[in-house]
Amino acid sequence: MKAADIDAIRAIITRAKRWDLFFSLLGILSLMVGVLTFTVLFVDMAIQGVPRLNLDFFTSFPSRKAANAGILSAWVGTVLVMVLTALAAVPLGVAAGVYLEEYAPKNWITDIIEINISNLAGIPSIVYGLLALGLFVYYFGFGQSILSAGLTLALLILPVIIVATREAIRAIPQSIHEGSYACGATTWQTVSDHILPYSSAGILTGVIIGMARAIGETAPIITIGALTFIAFLPPAPFTGEPPAGLFDWIFAPFTVMPIQMFNWTSRPEAAFTVNAAAAGFVLVFMTLAMNGLAIYVRYRLRKNIKW
Amino acid sequence: MSASASMPSRPGAASLGSGVSDRLSKKASRHVKERIIEALLFSAAAFSVFVTVAIVYVLVKESWVFFETVPLSDFLFDTQWTPLFDDAHYGIMVLLSGTLTSSAVALVVAIPLGTIIALYLSEFAGFKVREIAKPFLELLGGVPTIVYGYFALTFLTPILQRIYPDLPGFNLLSAGLVMGIMIIPYVASLSEDAMRAVPMSLREGSYAMGATRLQTALWVVTPAATSGIASAYILGISRAVGETMILAVAAGMQPNLTFNPAEPGATITSYIVQVALGDLPHGSIGYQTIFAAGLTLLLMTLAFNLLGYWLRKRFREVY
Repeated sequence: MKAADIDAIRAIITRAKRWDLFFSLLGILSLMVGVLTFTVLFVDMAIQGVPRLNLDFFTSFPSRKAANAGILSAWVGTVLVMVLTALAAVPLGVAAGVYLEEYAPKNWITDIIEINISNLAGIPSIVYGLLALGLFVYYFGFGQSILSAGLTLALLILPVIIVATREAIRAIPQSIHEGSYACGATTWQTVSDHILPYSSAGILTGVIIGMARAIGETAPIITIGALTFIAFLPPAPFTGEPPAGLFDWIFAPFTVMPIQMFNWTSRPEAAFTVNAAAAGFVLVFMTLAMNGLAIYVRYRLRKNIKW
Repeated sequence: MSASASMPSRPGAASLGSGVSDRLSKKASRHVKERIIEALLFSAAAFSVFVTVAIVYVLVKESWVFFETVPLSDFLFDTQWTPLFDDAHYGIMVLLSGTLTSSAVALVVAIPLGTIIALYLSEFAGFKVREIAKPFLELLGGVPTIVYGYFALTFLTPILQRIYPDLPGFNLLSAGLVMGIMIIPYVASLSEDAMRAVPMSLREGSYAMGATRLQTALWVVTPAATSGIASAYILGISRAVGETMILAVAAGMQPNLTFNPAEPGATITSYIVQVALGDLPHGSIGYQTIFAAGLTLLLMTLAFNLLGYWLRKRFREVY
């Protein structure tokens, strides 16, 4: 080989390596766009909002005066709605996931259910709001209540929980099933004694991620007609108008954190924008904490379980 | 039938005779319990089908009433959308233009960045970078959209106004840009999954021929993962079309037949929010418009979802 050829080859290699380096930098740069946006968003909101975060902000009702307004009715509403969402979505989602992994025969019914679930995951959240408006609010007559909102969000996160349950179950080795069946266990005994306990951490991750999504959902709850200005709390058990019961609160009107934030964001006065920043900071903090928890659970899971 | 005869018998309750010992009859009750549990679990799984049916039923039922008053041709071809005025016009095109414009802006951001991030994470990044970057992307996707809307309105729009002073306070551009950032994680993580599913032997073959990482990534991995990447893009489009709060907050809610992102505009989704915030009586024509708009939205996302599903099935490379 002539020396000129070697030089030419070297030049090609150098050029190719330069492109490699260039693309690596481009990749890091693109990642940084995401990181930077998130950081700016978080810091900007923190600078504006954190000075508003004192005890009064959490224990006051919304008010026409920005300085007196707080998020009491919003966070109480969010907590109550989340309780109903979890109560409805977790049993349904886990049951559906278990059925699809452990029971479902291979036939067209199963195919329809599977395609349908992946399709549900792609339906925009506001369409769930319209469903809830037609079905829960008017057809079932639940009204614009905590119950309607909880059920709506439950439907919305159902696919998340089903998919997480299935993935968690699929991660369990086949030998566990076979061992259990070999000992004469029925399918349900296998599921309840082995599959569910071993997949519980994975399911928990999915549930937390689903709930984190539900906390931030605004559109479907606005669609069912949640009020934006609520200066009272849902009745505590046994305190409402007689006949007062344990569950009066589920039919109470309500507001939630994202709606409170939306309300403040859409007002022109700067003082309310500060309130919006403060509410947004609390909201992002909650979703971050939940997502962080989910990542941590998953990390621990991967570390601890060795089949 | 000889196969079934050799199988361990699982007698149903009905097949038990009178002279059976206690142990066997207990098994019979166990069998019934198993069947009941299976039926319960099945109904939970079938519930998801019920949800879809309910969505279609509610939207079609309310839209039906709407289309009895408003002819379909007006809905599709009228160039004004003023359903709440005395001189009511119902041209969905106006809302569609807002939806398409903002989605286009979002995709211009999300598709290149998402693809580059996916290629970088799948082909270039070391294990450590990936372990940090992937959860971070998840966090980015987990931020509530109302917060993104606030960010677009109070942070990005003022910055854009400094560069481009004529920009109105509400505009599709800043909403679209932020929406693009929001969609990056979806595009990136799905594309990356598709790229990582490409078998190692293809890469090794490419490296053995003397290709660099970039050459392998662009000319071997990307073509092999095309169907997965395409379905990731389609999912991104369907997210953008269905996104609500960013647009409701930052794009204004005035219906505006325009494809210029520097103008304010309403989208299908933000119109629904606008109506829901007001106080429309149940059963009025204004109330029915949101179902007609919702049906349009559902059909669009359904078309995208089916296309994505079909692409994945049809062009999945089997190794």
